[in-house]
Amino acid sequence: MTSFTPFSALAGGAMIGLASVLLMAVSGRIAGISGIAVRLFPPYADGEWAGRTAFIAGLVVAPVLYAALSGGMPVQSIAAGPALLIIAGLLVGFGAVWGNGCTSGHGVCGLSRLSLRSAIAVGTFMTTAMVTVFIARHVL
Amino acid sequence: MPILIQFLIGLLFGVGLVIAGMSDPAKVLNFLDVTAMATGGWDGSLAFVMAGAILVTFFGFRVVLKRKTPLFGSSFHLPTKLGIDTRILLGPAIFGIGWGLAGICPGPAFTTLGVGSAKGALFIIAMLVGMVGTRWIITRPASPILPMASNKSAI
Repeated sequence: MTSFTPFSALAGGAMIGLASVLLMAVSGRIAGISGIAVRLFPPYADGEWAGRTAFIAGLVVAPVLYAALSGGMPVQSIAAGPALLIIAGLLVGFGAVWGNGCTSGHGVCGLSRLSLRSAIAVGTFMTTAMVTVFIARHVL
Repeated sequence: MPILIQFLIGLLFGVGLVIAGMSDPAKVLNFLDVTAMATGGWDGSLAFVMAGAILVTFFGFRVVLKRKTPLFGSSFHLPTKLGIDTRILLGPAIFGIGWGLAGICPGPAFTTLGVGSAKGALFIIAMLVGMVGTRWIITRPASPILPMASNKSAI
């Protein structure tokens, strides 16, 4: 059980949006986390490896900064066990690369650019994710 | 481009995820569990995260993309694909199943690591293996039937 938090959700979402706009302004690239993550590994198509690594490092350090400012680590509850996490990770990794984007690239940047491909991607992954949770929680 | 700026932008993105509550997979799963809309306990926060992010990005991109070039770099790199193919359906369909199983997508995967979660680390390793393996499948020049022979001919 988690509580509905519309105001912090809007504020956090606005920060995610601002980060996406800033990345476009300084590097000219879409803030798609899966696209950035896969390009940490060879083969390399450009010389942006260090910048991408720095961006991902910022994501990893973020909860530590939050804890330093707020006095406590953010609440985090991962219910899935090791086997399920490996399967889920493989599926997320495959799907994000096969579909050219994830929640950030298609969901935030793509929808903001009114991309039809991204709208189809978001509608599709929202639907299969909701069906998966329905089956996992209410059928099995 | 200066690495420190990229780091700070990643940090802003990550703190946004944390403040929004999206670093907690339980909160994401409670959004995806739409039956709870009827039975109670549904957490609609994720929709507000997307709304806040899209609102800022929609207007922000319009301002930024009026420039000819980004501050550091020679051109903007925007997706050029427009058509609808099987990849834009199959990829997100599989992605959604994985997202629904654990409640973790790529951005929050990296923030779980900062919280110090071994489970998060396990998910990230599997996710990166999936990503790199899939890109190899997509970009390899070899034919699936005769991989050795066509690899040689491609070289």
